[in-house]
Amino acid sequence: MKPFTYERAAGLREAAAAVAARPGTKFIAGGTNLIDLMKLEIEQPIHLVDINRLPLRLIEETPEGGLRIGAQVPNSDLAADMRVRRRYPLLSQALLSGASAQLRNKASTAGNLLQRTRCPYFYERGMPCNKRDPGSGCSARGGFNRLHAILGASEACIAVHPSDMAVAMTALDARVETIQSDGRTRAFPLGELHRLPGTTPHIETTLAAGEMITAVILPPPPPGRQLYRKVRDRASYAFALVSVAAIVDVAAGRIRSARIAMGGVAPKPWHSAEGERALAGRAAGDEICAAAADAALSGARAEGHAAFKIELARRTLRRTLAEAAQDV
Amino acid sequence: MAKDYIVQTTSRPGAATAIGQPVDRIDGALKVTGRARYAYEHRLDRAAAFGYILGASIAKGRILEIDTGDAERAPGVILVMTHRNAPSQAAFGPAVTPTVPEVFTRARPVLASERIRYHDEPVALVVAETFEEARGAARLIRLRYASEPGAFDAAAPNAEIYRPERTNAGFPTDSILGDFDRAFAEAPVKLDAVYATPFESHNPMEPHAAIAEWDGDRLTVHTSAQTLANIQAGLANTLRISPQNVRVISPFIGGGFGSKLIVHPETVCAALAARVLGRPVRVALTRQQMFANAGHRPAMKQRIRLGADRDGRLTAIEHEVTSSTSRFEEFTEQSAVPTRALYAAANRRTMHRLVRLDTNRGEWMRAPGEASGLLALECAMDELAEQLGLDPIELRIRNEPERDPERNVAFSSRNLIACMRDGAERFGWRDRPVKPGSRREGRKLIGYGMAAAIRANYLGPGSARVAIDARGQVTVQADMTDIGTGTYTILAQVAAERLGVPLSAVKVELGDSSLPRTAGSGGSWGASSSSTAVHNACLILREQIASAAASHERSPLRGANISEARFEGGKLHLGSRSESLGSLLERIAPDGLMAEGSAARGETYRTYSQHAFGAHFAEVAVDIDTGEPRLRRMLGVFAAGRILNPKTARSQMIGGMIWGVGAALMEETVLDPRHGHFVNRDLAEYHVPVHADVPGVEAVFLPEEDDKGNPLGAKGIGELGNCGSGAAVANAIYNATGVRVRDFPITLDKIFPELPVG
Ligand SMILES: Cc1cc2nc3c(=O)[nH]c(=O)nc-3n(C[C@H](O)[C@H](O)[C@H](O)COP(=O)(O)OP(=O)(O)OC[C@H]3O[C@@H](n4cnc5c(N)ncnc54)[C@H](O)[C@@H]3O)c2cc1C
Ligand code: SF4
Repeated sequence: MKPFTYERAAGLREAAAAVAARPGTKFIAGGTNLIDLMKLEIEQPIHLVDINRLPLRLIEETPEGGLRIGAQVPNSDLAADMRVRRRYPLLSQALLSGASAQLRNKASTAGNLLQRTRCPYFYERGMPCNKRDPGSGCSARGGFNRLHAILGASEACIAVHPSDMAVAMTALDARVETIQSDGRTRAFPLGELHRLPGTTPHIETTLAAGEMITAVILPPPPPGRQLYRKVRDRASYAFALVSVAAIVDVAAGRIRSARIAMGGVAPKPWHSAEGERALAGRAAGDEICAAAADAALSGARAEGHAAFKIELARRTLRRTLAEAAQDV
Repeated sequence: MAKDYIVQTTSRPGAATAIGQPVDRIDGALKVTGRARYAYEHRLDRAAAFGYILGASIAKGRILEIDTGDAERAPGVILVMTHRNAPSQAAFGPAVTPTVPEVFTRARPVLASERIRYHDEPVALVVAETFEEARGAARLIRLRYASEPGAFDAAAPNAEIYRPERTNAGFPTDSILGDFDRAFAEAPVKLDAVYATPFESHNPMEPHAAIAEWDGDRLTVHTSAQTLANIQAGLANTLRISPQNVRVISPFIGGGFGSKLIVHPETVCAALAARVLGRPVRVALTRQQMFANAGHRPAMKQRIRLGADRDGRLTAIEHEVTSSTSRFEEFTEQSAVPTRALYAAANRRTMHRLVRLDTNRGEWMRAPGEASGLLALECAMDELAEQLGLDPIELRIRNEPERDPERNVAFSSRNLIACMRDGAERFGWRDRPVKPGSRREGRKLIGYGMAAAIRANYLGPGSARVAIDARGQVTVQADMTDIGTGTYTILAQVAAERLGVPLSAVKVELGDSSLPRTAGSGGSWGASSSSTAVHNACLILREQIASAAASHERSPLRGANISEARFEGGKLHLGSRSESLGSLLERIAPDGLMAEGSAARGETYRTYSQHAFGAHFAEVAVDIDTGEPRLRRMLGVFAAGRILNPKTARSQMIGGMIWGVGAALMEETVLDPRHGHFVNRDLAEYHVPVHADVPGVEAVFLPEEDDKGNPLGAKGIGELGNCGSGAAVANAIYNATGVRVRDFPITLDKIFPELPVG
């Protein structure tokens, strides 16, 4: 770990300003991702701004009937919140399928969105990695890449975004609220937070320097049945090989609307408009779910060990959609 | 050296103490209250500096340049040690040691040359006032290497395959009986299958760690070790000093699984740096460093060929193992050795071959031989049963040998059939779906599987000391280790029972090489060997007490006939008279009495085939959409001699069974054939079973006493639970799905493509 200095943020704006002021400065929330990476010197901040004591721990009703989740709400609190469990059950399911109880107690909402990839070569400082050392190459291509992307990847990087929570939030059409160093705030769709790697996999988000996430806003719960299905190599405490967040609204045997997001398959939580379109307005049934799964994965490509994920994602999506579309 | 802990029971007086009782761990309270200190946590009078190891980022080649200037100037740094300034050490020596035991005691120098033999081999040690300073400075070291191509793929066309001279533990490399080729060719029913098992890593919870301190020429090392004598000898040989000048202390160990039998780089590094600095130094491997620097199970291909008649009687058995090894030091896991004793067949052949790779050497991991070998053999038996249309238990019963089939000696005891029958009854084996892939519950396919367990019973020669003081308090001492298995407790039980005192009167001191030498914890010999030594010491001590009582002038029992001595209820009974040990000793031996006993391999070690046996049963559910394989419940039934403490023994068995679940379903250390490095080297990506993976694991012992191995009638059990358990899970997956995966671990990607869609 490189030596660094540390300060506790005095306020929202001060926090953003402190990070913007000096390159190499980072926010620290729960630290469950950042500190691991600092120990290995994958991350080498020279200064940390601790945002744990900022007033960002509330979950509040919005006037529209949704929820505003403070950036510092721990994953465990969010999963246990009765409003979340009743109105956004797939978010609670996604959170509880992630990490371990101890980690969820520490992990924050914003930190979860911004956690970095688990690509093992990203963690191996002696090896080329475009995300860690831009231009050095990608060791995962041609290497052990069973956990890697089938959608949205590029020549430069095939890593996946590991979050479960973000996948559920993507299906729920969440928005992200931020504050910048000059005090300005903005809100934008979660789908615009993460960038695809292209030729610059080291630039992962659209946040400006010092821009701090203050909240995630959930719109009113969409109609329909919500399901989160995570497929993994062991029963708990494993990252998703493939995960599916599905919301399907069925009335009188017909699908009125659907929301689909996938995890473990792409450099960002993957929203599938193709899959949604294939379902909307159609008679519910296994066939149409299969067609939607095909549509969602039509652009999927994999190299090496991850090839199995395409069919796995298709099967998981088809089954999860069929379950969500069941009349209850 | 004053101890800051005493290992002695805190349970209420009068609780059952005798051998065979489920006594609570006597070290339990120390552990849950944090008073049991592990290697890295020991506090010394002088503050220890912190060492951090920097590992090589290439797998083979030479260091051309090493620039340590920035690191040396970094805050808090007191020493940067590389091959250029490390004190001289003994040479490593040949890949194969002249004798079997020397592999445990050979010199293992570190930072000894510019050669790199494996990825992450130590290239520097940075010592600083704090851990963070040492680690931070290590990254400031700049290295330039001349990298050389290495061999990292055992299946490569140009792989160097050879026949070793012997296997681990000194078994013959091959065994041949009858004419396998002919019998196999003529067999009406045949099976020929290759099973692949991956590299696996021990991953004990406590990382390898050491604190070294010199006092003149004498070295004291606090470390985490299974076998103190090996660490002592390994250090002495490496540093070229007398073993008498090395003291190794290891009272509490957070698991070893075979990775703490020999000296590893952190301990040698600590000793070297402490010598150079004249102050204590502590060094631990990080979790990531453990993967390359503290052993692994080699990757293997195992070909099994079975020939049988139509009734399922085996006529031919062949087990051919091809395993990875290290170019610079050989390790041959004896995976075909259990096949030599498990089933009858007139024609048989077993073989071990090795492929040289440029990795570190494999080490003894969780039932070496059986764990990997039975994964292959017991799946093959399941496949053969299927071909024959026989119940897998029935197939095994039909091939039960009367004598050891290769050594042609009697078994000291063998209750495999009883274990299978008892287990079948308890488990509800009759409900097993006969047709694979036929039972479905919702989206899950349900299957049952079973496998046999066999584990060689070793005895590790050693000794122990038992003392009784003038108050009747007993102290047991040995350099034995308790690696979480319950050794403290069972030794206290043996001494309490043999001397007829309550458990609360017994204190146990282990884990110090200045105490009588044992073979430590390894090969499942720990409990039976060390308790035999304690038993024998108690018998001698009883004699001493009784004869002093009968002859000492101040003894109230003077003149009694000592052949009638009984030790019971804290008293010595001689004929009709009795006296409490406390008041007796106060008079006849105010300084207390002491005896040493030993355990040695007797004649029966050669004249009998000694093994523990068992049967595993597993039920799994496989998701029909995704292929996710999950254990539902598991039962192991074991016949393993006399069980000294059913509570600690049960923990051992369950733990072993869970490792079998890990081997079957998830454990795999991935070697990148391009760079020669282990890819998934942390516990987020190296999967071991978590609680949700192991619901309903139960272990049962059948009553058995085996008088051939030792006077207590006990057998080694530590690793038995891990023998065959993986195969039971694999066979259950086949039964659930009809998909036979021979490439371990059985992850979902190997299953779901074969399952129906929709
Ligand atoms: C062993 C292990 C297993 C795991 N398994 C899973 C799993 O199965 N599923 C899953 O989804 N996750 C998993 N995780 C990841 C875990 O969810 C994340 O580590 C956690 O959510 C990160 O939150 P944090 O608050 O600790 O973030 P930190 O580590 O504090 O920060 C992460 C990043 O976010 C930035 N940041 C934090 N807050 C803000 C803010 N308000 N504005 C701008 N930037 C900010 C930081 O600068 C840093 O770059 C696992 C983690 C571990 C260690
Ligand atoms: S996939 Fe991305 S993160 Fe992984 S090695 Fe390649 S560039 Fe680095």
